[in-house]
Amino acid sequence: MEPKDISRRKFIRATGLSATALTLGFYFSGESKASTIIKGEDAENYGVSLNSWIHIDTNGKVTIVCHRAEMGQGAYQAIPQMIAEELEVNLNEVNIIFGKGDTVKYGSQVTGGSSTVRGSYKNLLKLSASARDMLITAAAAKWSVSTAECFAEAGHVIHRSSGKKMHYGELVVDASKLEAPKNVQLKKVADYKLIRKPLPRQDTPLKTNGTAVFGIDKKIPGMLYAMVERNPRLRGKVKSYDDSAALKVPGVKKVFKVTMKVFSTDREGVAVVADSTWAAMQGRKALKVVWDDTGFEYVSTEEIYKKMKAELQSKDGLSAKKQGDPDPVLAQQKNKLDVIYETPYQAHACMEPLNCVAHHKGDSIEIWGPIQAPDWVQGDISQKMGIKKENVQVNMTFLGGGFGRKAFLDYTHEACLISKEAGAPVQVIWTREDDMTQGPFRPGVSYRAEGAVNNGEITAVKFRMCGQNIGHWMGSKKDVPNDSVLEGFQPHYFDNIKNISFSDIPFETPVPIMWWRSVYASTNGFAYESFMDELAVAAGKDPLAFRKQYLKNERCQKLLEKVEELSGWKARKPKQGYGVAITECFSSTVAQVVKVSKDATGKIKIDKVWAVIDCGWYVNADTVRAQVEGSIIMALGAATNHEIHFKDGLAVEKNFTTYRMPRINEIPPIEVHIMDNNEDAGGVGEPGLPPFTPALTNAIFDLTGKRIRKLPFDLAKV
Amino acid sequence: MATFKLHVNGKEKQVDVDPATPVLWVLRDHLELTGTKYGCGVAACGACTVHLDGVPVRSCQLPVAAIGIKKITTIEGLSDNNSHPVQAAWIEEQVPQCGYCQSGQIMAAVALLQKKTSPTDADIDAAMQGHICRCGTYPRIREAIKKASKKMSVKG
Ligand code: FES
Ligand code: FES
Repeated sequence: MEPKDISRRKFIRATGLSATALTLGFYFSGESKASTIIKGEDAENYGVSLNSWIHIDTNGKVTIVCHRAEMGQGAYQAIPQMIAEELEVNLNEVNIIFGKGDTVKYGSQVTGGSSTVRGSYKNLLKLSASARDMLITAAAAKWSVSTAECFAEAGHVIHRSSGKKMHYGELVVDASKLEAPKNVQLKKVADYKLIRKPLPRQDTPLKTNGTAVFGIDKKIPGMLYAMVERNPRLRGKVKSYDDSAALKVPGVKKVFKVTMKVFSTDREGVAVVADSTWAAMQGRKALKVVWDDTGFEYVSTEEIYKKMKAELQSKDGLSAKKQGDPDPVLAQQKNKLDVIYETPYQAHACMEPLNCVAHHKGDSIEIWGPIQAPDWVQGDISQKMGIKKENVQVNMTFLGGGFGRKAFLDYTHEACLISKEAGAPVQVIWTREDDMTQGPFRPGVSYRAEGAVNNGEITAVKFRMCGQNIGHWMGSKKDVPNDSVLEGFQPHYFDNIKNISFSDIPFETPVPIMWWRSVYASTNGFAYESFMDELAVAAGKDPLAFRKQYLKNERCQKLLEKVEELSGWKARKPKQGYGVAITECFSSTVAQVVKVSKDATGKIKIDKVWAVIDCGWYVNADTVRAQVEGSIIMALGAATNHEIHFKDGLAVEKNFTTYRMPRINEIPPIEVHIMDNNEDAGGVGEPGLPPFTPALTNAIFDLTGKRIRKLPFDLAKV
Repeated sequence: MATFKLHVNGKEKQVDVDPATPVLWVLRDHLELTGTKYGCGVAACGACTVHLDGVPVRSCQLPVAAIGIKKITTIEGLSDNNSHPVQAAWIEEQVPQCGYCQSGQIMAAVALLQKKTSPTDADIDAAMQGHICRCGTYPRIREAIKKASKKMSVKG
């Protein structure tokens, strides 16, 4: 056993994989964006950390380490589907394990920004093709033939002329002695057998019989359960508490104060540790806590929006982008448009409330949970708990939804503190009310849009955004504009609009905020694409033709033509309202058309939604469609059903009784079309969300002449 | 604390718990049947749905003391191999995304199809509207119920 083998052995032991195998990973050398493929056992020699993605043992068993979280978006399917394609194995013979949080090993694991596929696919394809080539080379050497005479198929290498065949398992030992190839030939899109096909997801059967293990389902020996009564004012403190009644509840073991970090601020609460979830809940109910809210601002929704409006009327803000100069044009224009759009605060409301199992063992910690960002969590716990990073093990379970909330670090930190104090492994479960009222929330953002048209052409557009900046909570500078001011805006508009500017008016409240599916595009898209519609109407143009006029880029043209054709835009009939919107985020562009009409009682009814996505290269057509469908339904809820209000510094909506989610009977038919091209891969999990709401409100305008500029609105009351 | 004998998925189980404990937590914490999910705790989401003598109920609202001799069926009890026609239809239609709500959705769909072998869209709306899916799998749930209905009528 040579010392160079240590890191690989360590890895193999940690994952329970067999040691005799071909293990291939990749690393990035220095600043270069290109990856280098490397064998597991060579990693130490090169002085780089092992990237173990593919592991083929002597039984031919292929294990793929899935480095991203699975929260419904299909990473569990997409990564193996990519790897199986180039490796030439059957998808069902591939074993998938989730990687543990470790930045060095996997690169960024944060499942956010719709980046699972687009951030990794080129390297994964190259890696799989390298392993395949090594196996072919090993077989060719055994048969004393040239590699050109051999090919790989379904986990075997085959000699074309003789039909000789060897299983990968028989070849891994020889293959592992070869150098990883420098250059590999990747397949052409036309030759794909798995990629682009709507293959069934591997995780589906686990989710139809109750066996998928979500964070909340995790049990470890000796585990206790905890609930925390947190200061409802988000960042207030505990003045005192009386735990005498709580400690009398059968099953309650311990009660203590806990302070977790919410960004750089503290949130205090009282933890009740018990031998069952129910006992912890009952113990928590029996607590008497006196809160200390000194210095807390008693924010209210009404005031927040009043202030934002005043800011938009009086300030120019920090310039984020300026092309030409809209100001002098707008100053001269008599009939300029000048409107305000308002979007609400939202909860993530993942179906699986926050939870985390933590086991503090003194000088090491292991945690399990629904975690979107295991590498961040590892670093965070290491730092906050004062434990070496290599002694912090972060295990990802399935996530019952994430949407950005489970990329945050409060609940994992809190669980570690509680396990430490309890001296036992503990599962901390948040109730729905905890999950909904504690934040961080999607920020509500207001916009002012000014614009002018002349002879059917846009002469100037000026957008100002005012809302909380997530970056500020993460420590970014306050004298620079929000870096997401343009998120959602299709950048090719800049090709054809001469005078256009965007600015950000910084706005602070004590409400903690965090990414929410599609982040600022979820609110920007509504403002920007509603205003495009208003400009089209002012110009006397058809809204879809108007977008085509300003988005001459070929991909945008094709996309708009497709949605026009699918929706029958040109053949629309009287008493039908049609609305269109197009947005870009995470490198994918989505256009949607919504059709509305009035039902017998005069209420607005959404008849149909057509969505066309151009996400470039993609893996699984069915996953793409499912993600766009889900995004549209999430947008529908945020536009027409729910909102988090604040009153006296408290979130008002606490559960689904008042934070009303769309139900099956409210869902219109949705048709999704995917553009087929070979452009670079864009995101899939989020870009379908932003265009829905403006397409809907534009359709309502088309039908009724009523322009909706404030969300959410009640469809029944338009 | 009190001892309760429960019939769960065809087996007899015994638990020693506070009589007020909802069946949801008895299943999850004491019987290690974690397929039934906690979503809201107030009968507003349907994630915790199980069958009590074949009738769908919200297990978060049901104290264990109220069960008596009634038989509980959870998602784990539908079949041992995903072969229940509703499960099969769910897989064919690729319904789940995150999957968290799906045990409840499936239990509701099974109960609906037991009552109405060929449900209309309105029947589906009525039976399923107590069930939230944050991932938005509703269109597929509708299709899967229709598909399961066909499977069941061929069989029956
Ligand atoms: S958890 Fe029982 S209905 Fe939501
Ligand atoms: S599949 Fe995620 S909540 Fe329904």
